[in-house]
Amino acid sequence: MRVTLKVWRQQKADSQGSFESYPVENVSEDMSFFEMLDMLNDQLVLAGKTPIAFDHDCREGICGTCGLFINGRAHGPLTGITTCQLHMRSFKDGKTIIVEPWRAKAFPVIKDLIVDRISFDRMMEAGGYISINTGGTPDANEIPIPKANADEAMDAASCIGCGACVATCKNSSAMLFVSAKVSQLTLLPQGQPEREIRVKNMVAQMDKEGFGSCTNTGACEVECPKEISIIHIARLNREFIKSSF
Amino acid sequence: MLNSKVPAGPLSEKWTKHQFDLKLVNPANKRKYNIIVVGTGLAGASAAASLAELGYNVQAFSYHESPRRAHSIAAQGGINAAKNYPNDGDSIFRLFYDTIKGGDYRSREANVYRLAEISNNIIDQCVAQGVPFAREYGGLLDNRSFGGAQVSRTFYARGQTGQQLLLGCYSALVRQMHTGKVKFHPRHEMLDLVMIDGEAKGIITRNLITGDIQSHAAHAVVLATGGYSNAFFLSTNAMASNATAAWRAHKKGAFFANPCFTQIHPTCIPVASEHQSKLTLMSESLRNDGRVWVPKKEGDKRHPAEISEDERDYYLERLYPSFGNLVPRDVASRRAKEMCDLGNGVGETGLAVYLDFADAIQRLGRNIVTEKYGNLFDMYKQITGENPYEIPMRIYPAVHYTMGGLWVDYNLMSTIPGLYILGEANYSDHGANRLGASALMQGLADGYFILPYTIGDYLTGKLGENISTEDEAFEVAKTDVKGRIETLLTVNGERTVDDIHRELGLILWENVGMARNTAGLEKALNKIPKLRDEFWQNVKVSGTADELNPELEKAGRVADFLELGELMARDALNREESCGGHFRDEHQTEENEAKRNDEEFTYVATWQYKGKESPSELHKENLVFENVELTTRSYK
Amino acid sequence: MSLLKSVFISSIGKKILMATTGLLLCLFLVIHLIGNLILFAGPDAFNLYVETLSSVKPIVRSIEIILALIFLNHIFLGSKLTFENRNATTQKYVVNSAGENSSFFSRNMFISGSILFIFLMTHLSTFWYLFQKQHDEGNFYEIVMGNTVGFGNPIITALYCIAMILLGFHLRHGFQSAFQTFGIRYNKYSGLIETVAILFWLIIPLGFLSIAVWFGIFGGGY
Repeated sequence: MRVTLKVWRQQKADSQGSFESYPVENVSEDMSFFEMLDMLNDQLVLAGKTPIAFDHDCREGICGTCGLFINGRAHGPLTGITTCQLHMRSFKDGKTIIVEPWRAKAFPVIKDLIVDRISFDRMMEAGGYISINTGGTPDANEIPIPKANADEAMDAASCIGCGACVATCKNSSAMLFVSAKVSQLTLLPQGQPEREIRVKNMVAQMDKEGFGSCTNTGACEVECPKEISIIHIARLNREFIKSSF
Repeated sequence: MLNSKVPAGPLSEKWTKHQFDLKLVNPANKRKYNIIVVGTGLAGASAAASLAELGYNVQAFSYHESPRRAHSIAAQGGINAAKNYPNDGDSIFRLFYDTIKGGDYRSREANVYRLAEISNNIIDQCVAQGVPFAREYGGLLDNRSFGGAQVSRTFYARGQTGQQLLLGCYSALVRQMHTGKVKFHPRHEMLDLVMIDGEAKGIITRNLITGDIQSHAAHAVVLATGGYSNAFFLSTNAMASNATAAWRAHKKGAFFANPCFTQIHPTCIPVASEHQSKLTLMSESLRNDGRVWVPKKEGDKRHPAEISEDERDYYLERLYPSFGNLVPRDVASRRAKEMCDLGNGVGETGLAVYLDFADAIQRLGRNIVTEKYGNLFDMYKQITGENPYEIPMRIYPAVHYTMGGLWVDYNLMSTIPGLYILGEANYSDHGANRLGASALMQGLADGYFILPYTIGDYLTGKLGENISTEDEAFEVAKTDVKGRIETLLTVNGERTVDDIHRELGLILWENVGMARNTAGLEKALNKIPKLRDEFWQNVKVSGTADELNPELEKAGRVADFLELGELMARDALNREESCGGHFRDEHQTEENEAKRNDEEFTYVATWQYKGKESPSELHKENLVFENVELTTRSYK
Repeated sequence: MSLLKSVFISSIGKKILMATTGLLLCLFLVIHLIGNLILFAGPDAFNLYVETLSSVKPIVRSIEIILALIFLNHIFLGSKLTFENRNATTQKYVVNSAGENSSFFSRNMFISGSILFIFLMTHLSTFWYLFQKQHDEGNFYEIVMGNTVGFGNPIITALYCIAMILLGFHLRHGFQSAFQTFGIRYNKYSGLIETVAILFWLIIPLGFLSIAVWFGIFGGGY
């Protein structure tokens, strides 16, 4: 098959970007979207042009490194997957595919399709942990945890930190990301001692980073490759209220 | 020359006694030491966090944007520990024994025993961090049997255990980043090790965004930079996984141990196109219910549904009546290759075998199969476009893990004083074959519970030592690094980096892959240097040195794989026996099973770099087994 | 300080205020609708109802002031959040298929809210203002049915209907969203909230609509 890519190109963080079109021939539908980009990049290199920079690593949907806004959707037209799990069979022959980087003030573009998500790390630094040191911990089975709680904590913990929630949110809100961590640790007995301070600090950092606020459109849970529910946002809100009053 | 520093005394007391014998750094003095940790996966992040908690100043480096991206995250199955929660007869000794035996008796007893001892602390630590392991209805931790183990000792968090454990260390690490005890350098790649007076005292890094080449000095350097499976180009490793940091250290004097010990995982999704960029692993648990088969007739390209039961060869069940489809990874892999080599492979390329769930669906019902493997089936369908509920899966082995790595002593220190190697980057605990759910265990044991003790022993002698990046050694190393980058950019040939890497991968896969022989290995030893020459004369790397340049990053890594690949072949040729993941055609039993040569090869083959022109020199660390008897694995 | 900061400075705090004021306004709608439904009971009943309210003017005035404050808060915060949120995104996507992951009205609460604000102003300057001018007694029923600002005027009726449909959509997202913001949206409550939500986004606007349709289009059955 043959597709035309319209890709955002931007040399550096502070340079002006623009779209460029690239026809790509001989695309096999078994190729992943990134393999198609690899092929195009090889052609660009041999033609003496600058290949398209994009973030990717594990290519199996777990590391959270990749993330492209394809044809108006975070991680492309399918749900429940990351960009690296997208295959060319999801596109029609002869079509134009528009590829943009994540757009959010808190995710500045570094180059082409690569954005800086270090704000996620800083929010985690603000409280996304349980303050224990290595060693001296009680036996793992000392505190039983109801299976339902453990399972729900795992639902939240499956966040890969890709930023699709922010990218797709019309407010560039990071509530789903923050709520996933807060929810996980709130549901576990180990997270109780820092329950209040954690939510306060993480929300404060979230606001400081310049993410927007949540208007509950629910777009994030639809586009989240790990299908994390906004029920965790509800829990975050509740924890925030509890910690404030 | 090689001193393993294994403490004397009975096996079960070695580590405790050793901890007592190790010199301690006064708590008030710890802040006077700087430690560099390169790589922030399971081993690196756990080490960096634990060292910072003790009071050391840590500088952590990763080529990723965040520690949470490390490839440890992709481990699916679980993590072993000798907790014996299920009351099924597990013990530290049994975990030790299984690991030593699984490694085909090519690892160090004392290290493996320590690993088994520590395994329990790891689970405690992770639970305290909030890792949501799977639980029973009673609220206690659930365990499962994994990779054919006779006891249920594997702790897991759905199919995302690696992710959850990594996020656990990541949380410990960000906590220390917040306090300022750890300075994290994202998107920084280590390009050289700096030595002063024969000891590791710093590194040279490249800022991957700006291209800036920087010097960093410290009292000790810790590498936790993962394995080298990507030498094969196609592997289940992440795209950026590479051996550059380890290889740079090797060239500065750290010996490389058992480079030929690579693990090939039997259940991966086969190559679909010539543009394939990586391979995807499907959990080994699939073999619990799936049946492996190929058509009896050579070159039979019919749709699997048209091939009747008596025209199918369920070869694993035929060859191994007692273990059947559950034979260890290396056996399952090698047999699949054999079937394909005989022309019985399936799919368009003929490089795949079927993994059929029709029987399981009939026996258990579709719902139960979905419950057990639903997400894996979905993943398979997403990648191949085929529905495994209706058509048998096609699987093929892929390179997955490297047991070999930089040689370390009992303290995890390499042959360079002050240079410590953790996790998959070291050769230490897995011998010739790693058991399932043991990689996570080893990475965390090294980082949380071993290095923080052992590094103090080295550091005590260095109090007050002032290491500055002003030292000439840093300037020399920086110049070297810059020169190398400049060379890569100026070749301006006609082949892309990936193109050459793909060729290297093919050479390695065909000759240093699942089954090896003298002729093949000699061919590889002949071809790789030629390909390396071609690389330096004909590679085309676009862009410049002072910008974000993924092509340049890849080029540097492939240049190192081109050297490491040769050493892998050399090591494989040297090891005239079959053991674990290393199978030599010349050394097999009449039933085509691996034949070890304990008389001559009960040693760690450790290689010293001798410069560009001369071949690496072999040093042997003899392995002594006092607590286990060397037996032959049998799965008949 | 910490409490004030949480409520007025943090993003979630502002949302909580939006939700609180929104729900209070919902309560007002219920009361307003009940009053309006008296129209169906005929001119005498309706006039009596309005006159009764006028007789307790100080109380009504106080409530009106509180109501105005709630409205202003909701409107001011809504606008502030909208602009802050726009500011959180530097560059818009060239193609954005937002319709695939969220509803149109959930994304456009500011627009539906702004139009409702215009309606509110019109509403106040017509019905409310004229009612005030009638002092204690008068034929309030006639104003409502009249040709100038009442349902006797087809344009007024049409605008009223459009505003009520819009109100339905505003509430459809807003009502549930408020509970989400309060964090009372767990599995065990979500069914209940959804049921109550239907009452609000469907039944209440329909109630208002029924008046406009019955009196405006069917002329009150005559």
